[in-house]
Amino acid sequence: MRPAALPWGGMARLTGRRLLFAAPVLLVVTFGVFAIAAASPFDPVKAYAGTAALGADQQTLDRLAANLGVEGPFTQRWWHWLTSALGGDLGWSPVMRQPVAQVIGERLVWSALLCAVAFAAAVVAGTVLGLLAARRPGSMTDRAVTSLSYVLEAAPVFWIALLALWLFALEWGALPAGGLTDTGSDAVTLAGTLRHLALPAGVLALSQLPWFALYVRQGVGDALAEDPVRGARARGLAERTVLLGHALRSGLLPVLTLIGSRVPELITGALLVETVFSWPGIAAATVRAATSVDFPLLAALTTLATAAVLVGNLLADLLYGLFDPRVNLDDM
Amino acid sequence: MTTGRIRRAALAAVLATGIAACSAPGGGGEGGNGGSADAVVIGVSSEPDTLSPLLGYGKDGNSKLFDGLLARAADMKLRPALATELPEVSEDGLTYTFTLRKGVKFSDGEPFTAADVVFTYRTVLDEKTNNPSRSELDAIDDVRAEGDHTVVFTLKYPYAPFAARTVLPIVPEHAAGGQDPNTGSFNTEPVGTGPYTLAGWSKGEKVTFRANPDYWGGEPEVAKVTVAIVADDDVRATRLRSGDLDGAVLPPDLAATFAGDGARKTHEAESYDFRAVTLPTGNPVTGDRAVRRALDAAVDRAAMVETILDGAGHPAYGPLPRRDPWFDRSTERPRDLGGAKRILDRAGWKPGKDGIRVKDGRRAAFTLLTPSGDKVRQDHALAYASDAKEAGIAVTVESATWEVIEPRMKDDAVLAGFGSAGDPDFALFTLLHSSLAGDGFNNMARYDNAEVDEALETGRRTRDRDEREDAYDTVQRALKDDPGYTFLTHIDHLYVLADRWDGLTTQVEPHEHGFASGPWWNVEDWRPTS
Repeated sequence: MRPAALPWGGMARLTGRRLLFAAPVLLVVTFGVFAIAAASPFDPVKAYAGTAALGADQQTLDRLAANLGVEGPFTQRWWHWLTSALGGDLGWSPVMRQPVAQVIGERLVWSALLCAVAFAAAVVAGTVLGLLAARRPGSMTDRAVTSLSYVLEAAPVFWIALLALWLFALEWGALPAGGLTDTGSDAVTLAGTLRHLALPAGVLALSQLPWFALYVRQGVGDALAEDPVRGARARGLAERTVLLGHALRSGLLPVLTLIGSRVPELITGALLVETVFSWPGIAAATVRAATSVDFPLLAALTTLATAAVLVGNLLADLLYGLFDPRVNLDDM
Repeated sequence: MTTGRIRRAALAAVLATGIAACSAPGGGGEGGNGGSADAVVIGVSSEPDTLSPLLGYGKDGNSKLFDGLLARAADMKLRPALATELPEVSEDGLTYTFTLRKGVKFSDGEPFTAADVVFTYRTVLDEKTNNPSRSELDAIDDVRAEGDHTVVFTLKYPYAPFAARTVLPIVPEHAAGGQDPNTGSFNTEPVGTGPYTLAGWSKGEKVTFRANPDYWGGEPEVAKVTVAIVADDDVRATRLRSGDLDGAVLPPDLAATFAGDGARKTHEAESYDFRAVTLPTGNPVTGDRAVRRALDAAVDRAAMVETILDGAGHPAYGPLPRRDPWFDRSTERPRDLGGAKRILDRAGWKPGKDGIRVKDGRRAAFTLLTPSGDKVRQDHALAYASDAKEAGIAVTVESATWEVIEPRMKDDAVLAGFGSAGDPDFALFTLLHSSLAGDGFNNMARYDNAEVDEALETGRRTRDRDEREDAYDTVQRALKDDPGYTFLTHIDHLYVLADRWDGLTTQVEPHEHGFASGPWWNVEDWRPTS
């Protein structure tokens, strides 16, 4: 089933086409971010001054607006941001009071860790559950997995997060309620990080899990009724071999596409999860940047998220092309 | 594979995703401190926007990392800090001379001199520095050093409370100079003369301070202070209960749940933090003096303190709390619903068919906006509306975010909260002076009373204690006759803290609280319980 040699040429051409396509997309997205932020009721000057804004006179606020460069039309600010960003200067974030590059540098690794762990857990557990459910359609296991999946699919991720927080941190006291380290200690240790990662990663995984479980169940269920499986069974192969070697293999194809298309939802999910669990990742910074109309930070983070989605899609298409010989990469 | 095995496997898979890496259960409480007295972890609701005094950090004192020329004692009296004594003031009140403490070093080992003071004030006053509180130092005309240990301030006009502004923290010129005060590295790596140095700041999560072993006032016994930022009241209470936090600021209802706790003590701090309803002058109903006076007489302040604040507060008869030395006791007044009705009757507001009063075809009705998410303010607003209704005035309570409230402040009443400690001028001038009407969040009600304006000016210009007292009595009485704000309560701030230290006190606190106030306002002076 696996092609003898990888279609390097096709993969490179696809990647190149996608890169060309990405430039206008990113351009439009950043412009949209500036436009929406400018139209929002939030006031960057008030956000910058914080509680001091309550006692500040208009003259002071006007002076701050001038110093922060938030006067003038948003198109002008967007152009200024774009030109300096292309020159490698992402600007300075008024709300975090740090250079944008530093904000992202400090936080990206924690967000990446959270997303990677959660995504891997969701794919593995979802596949296992889907397989178990597909094996005997209509069985207790199938019904349990399917209904659990629909419930999780419908439940908002922040709600699951609060529920998990209540259960594990408040009721049982088994896991810390938030943060990266215990409040009193500053050292980031492996054991400590794992304990603090458990709840946010678990919740994020749980929110992504049903998609994989249901897709695998569908894919494997369909494959079980197909000729290759029937043939394998007729040859007297062990049930395990039939299930894992034949049915799962062809049933996994739609899941590959799913991986790419779940990336956006993973990012928005991480946004909410990080906020609930005070996880010091970029998502928490995104929320603050948005409510404070922090243009440079917001634009950089949105670009980053857009890029992640585009890369996710590209990856899914490449994988699909690799695993399904009927697909021609040059047609995508 | 039997169905049973599959089911068990499915269960295991679910559990594996749910509690992956849950290898050390029961460890939730180990985080804090282990109960030792040389470290403390406190939880507050919000973090400072900046740790640079040049941008406004610690302007009211208690900044931990820095010292001002002066500081405040537990009773709020000014005492010398980086100055050796209170300033010498010239006869005309325009020149303030400070003699500086010798031998003080910044935490990086460099000596503290008059040049640092001059640098700090000049930078804060610079137009290009993004300090939102700059106008508080508006009176300064010039600041200059005379030698290494004397600083002279010259004022544009006599400003009686000026000394109280010099609690502003002093930053070192050698560390903060030569860079943009708005974006420079000093913002993330502050250096000061204070009892603590910054050990770490994870934005939105916590700030960590370590004792400064060379502090000129003596090395603090509490060697490590961690301030966790936990916005949600319930989460803060839970983390306090679990032992993750040693102390926290809490609303009255949650603080009450720790009442019987032998290991923790509740500290109640009186405050200048009032809750009041702004009555916009531009609105024909709320701008009417009879309506204002009737509302003022109809509200049941004592009931609000009892039911909304669980007794943790005091009735407010004006911006100044009863404990303030400038409070005019003659303005205390009980609820007088009958009087409220008489005032309205006499002014021509007659009850209409639905019980709401009408005058010249206009109903005595207005909207009261309350910031969403603030339960204490919402409760105040609802109680206010129900009291007003008894007098025949219809108040519609609407909850909204500040973005929505701000453009409507001109015409609609707002459940406002404010209060500055230190000098009556700080809270009263910006709240009541007509020149600041509708200027940002100053004088939100657009209060306009010539007598009050004049008394406020006198109060800030003259340094004679009796004359000032007369002026502020005049303001408070005028505010009773023409209550452009209905003052409701002064709320106490409640803190629950592990009982491991002796001699803890609280100051009378301003509206803003948590980080620089509470029993940890002077954490550097704490002594472990013997």
